[in-house]
Amino acid sequence: MNFRTFAAFVGPSVFMMLLFIAFPLVSVFKQSFYITQPVYETVEVETCTPGFLTQTCVIEQKSQPKLDEHGEVITQTEYVGLQSYRNVLEPERAWRAITEGNWSVLSTINFWKALRFTLTFTLITLPLVIGFGLGIAVLINNAARSIRGPVIFISLLPFIITPVIGALSINWLFRGDGILTALLEWWLNRDIALFAQAWTIEILMMFYRVWHVAPFAAVVFYAGLQTVNQDSLESAVIDGATRWQRMKYIVIPHLMPLIIFVSMIHLMDAYRVFEEIVGFSSQAYVISLQWLTFDFLVPDQAGNRSISRASASAMLTMIGIVLLLILPLRRTWRDHKGGH
Amino acid sequence: MSSRALRQPLSLRLTSNIFLAFWCLVAAFPIVWIAIMSVKSPVDAYDSNALNVIFGPATLATGNGLSVLDIIVGIAVIWGAAMVVTKVLPAKIKEYTSPGQEWFGWVVGVLVALIAFLLVFFVVLPAVLNVLNPLFGPLGRDVLGMTTEHYKTVWVDRGFSNNFKNSLIVTAGVVTVSLTVGTLAGYGLARSGSTLAFWILLIALIFRALPHSVLVAGYLPVFINSAEWLAPILGENAPTLYGKPFAVIAVLVAINQPFTIWMLRSFFQNIPAELDEAARVDGCNHFQAFRRVIMPVMWPGVITTGLFSFLLAYNDFLVTSLLLDAQNQTMVPAIAGMFNRETTTTDQVVAVAAAVSIIAPLFFLVMIFQRQIVSGLTAGAVKG
Repeated sequence: MNFRTFAAFVGPSVFMMLLFIAFPLVSVFKQSFYITQPVYETVEVETCTPGFLTQTCVIEQKSQPKLDEHGEVITQTEYVGLQSYRNVLEPERAWRAITEGNWSVLSTINFWKALRFTLTFTLITLPLVIGFGLGIAVLINNAARSIRGPVIFISLLPFIITPVIGALSINWLFRGDGILTALLEWWLNRDIALFAQAWTIEILMMFYRVWHVAPFAAVVFYAGLQTVNQDSLESAVIDGATRWQRMKYIVIPHLMPLIIFVSMIHLMDAYRVFEEIVGFSSQAYVISLQWLTFDFLVPDQAGNRSISRASASAMLTMIGIVLLLILPLRRTWRDHKGGH
Repeated sequence: MSSRALRQPLSLRLTSNIFLAFWCLVAAFPIVWIAIMSVKSPVDAYDSNALNVIFGPATLATGNGLSVLDIIVGIAVIWGAAMVVTKVLPAKIKEYTSPGQEWFGWVVGVLVALIAFLLVFFVVLPAVLNVLNPLFGPLGRDVLGMTTEHYKTVWVDRGFSNNFKNSLIVTAGVVTVSLTVGTLAGYGLARSGSTLAFWILLIALIFRALPHSVLVAGYLPVFINSAEWLAPILGENAPTLYGKPFAVIAVLVAINQPFTIWMLRSFFQNIPAELDEAARVDGCNHFQAFRRVIMPVMWPGVITTGLFSFLLAYNDFLVTSLLLDAQNQTMVPAIAGMFNRETTTTDQVVAVAAAVSIIAPLFFLVMIFQRQIVSGLTAGAVKG
């Protein structure tokens, strides 16, 4: 295939990716150094109230946005350097908190709070997803052939449903006196409020994420289990290997590429954790990096969006993505070089 | 198990199956439970006794319920409909359509079946059962509380049908455009071993990992001011891209593109290159080879990829909630507004009904396309 044909086939796709992914990235990078805000002017306003004999007049200094001839607010964009990053990171406060070892102060700064949650969430759910995925795959593989189809159907449901709704459905089971909270209260014989502190919400979120992703891992691993060499399993039995040893020395090494694949996908997706915050309405207690950017982008009461701060926090989120991707990209690069 | 050496003892098989049943319970419970909650009156839906939620005495007391007869007839109708769709429909479609036009027959057939089912189930059946119930004595007495009023509230009073229409527009747009663009690119990438193709794939992988909020931060200011900077090109009628479904479609297609091209590339790699080489020997150029030889055999892969594009567009919250205005809002952001604002239990149950409405189509999707979804999940994995 010569270059021109290749370009004709790939062109539209590359164009869309450049226009809607690469270009926004560049513009976010630029935006994070600039700040756009209305131009304010100070005007003297005289307010008079009718009084006895004379009016009582008060002259006030008022600052209000300047309007142009169409009555629209004039805005100006100025270069502020790293100011937006400083607004998001609050480095002085954060540094003071770290040197004093005062973690509760650090967690009052939104960015660090979000970073802390995003990282714990990603790292705790990863082994759980792999473990449960593998477990379910082995269970399905053990089951009679006739029930595998329906079981896979049921297993796919948590994976396929809208993430916000999935989080909500678990939220509704526990919220207030939801059915499972009532069950827990009856069992432990004490009052439980699962949505009154951060750590219980975090556990519920992690539970949701594992519930949501484990089916994906299970289906992938199940497909891998079909290709395990039966002869080597059999010879292992004859050599006296226990079930556990067969699992450890034959099945797991065989599934290793798939385990790496699922871990990669899960790391990418868990780092973007967002829907859980919406579904559990946990913004008062727990936030994530992507939610932080989202929150800056949502208009506040006055209708302003803090675009530059959103850009700064978006760029900071990107650093994590880069770190996350270095290893797999190196591996792909080596595979590519090895393949030619 | 094929071999005697690998046969498992009964106790192990039993434990394994018990755990599997437990997993199925965990997987299905939240979904089934909200479906049950959505048809009960608020008092029942939030009862702390599970049996009260299932049987719904308070719902029954308001006169909404199902008798044993209702349940039996209802199940029979659903079973009959399933039989008709799986057995009779394919044969009829084969009979009435000429080869090559079957997809059109399927679209019409499925639509007709769906409308007929809705008519029978929600119009004819209640009318018939109203007459029959008094005649059957104890069998005709209501035993299970059930009400559809929350669905009525959601779809009629809250204007959810408008959100549904918007969701439909956005998802249909995203699936069509992203498949068209992605199929061409996937084919090109699969057949070219050049370094450029490798770099495109690598960069696509990086793009796939980007948080969507990062991209939206880039779009928002540009979209809101688009009337200004588009004016020199389009003159007076330059549109404001913010709030427009087509802008969101373009954005979602682009976000989806990295995943689509990776997946389609792996499908095209499984189609032997000898096929298009043979066509080229016969005098086709690349595009003709693609159209005449590859297109007829590519549909399984395209359908699978289309399913995942559909899921992305349908399930999206972040992009649609930030880039669409209230009038063009899709279903998922709309429901987020619903449960955040409302406080009374009735409103809560209405939100539950809205949630169930959103996931019901997905349920049928898995039912019909289970094999394609599984093959799609594993296709990416096998290639690593």
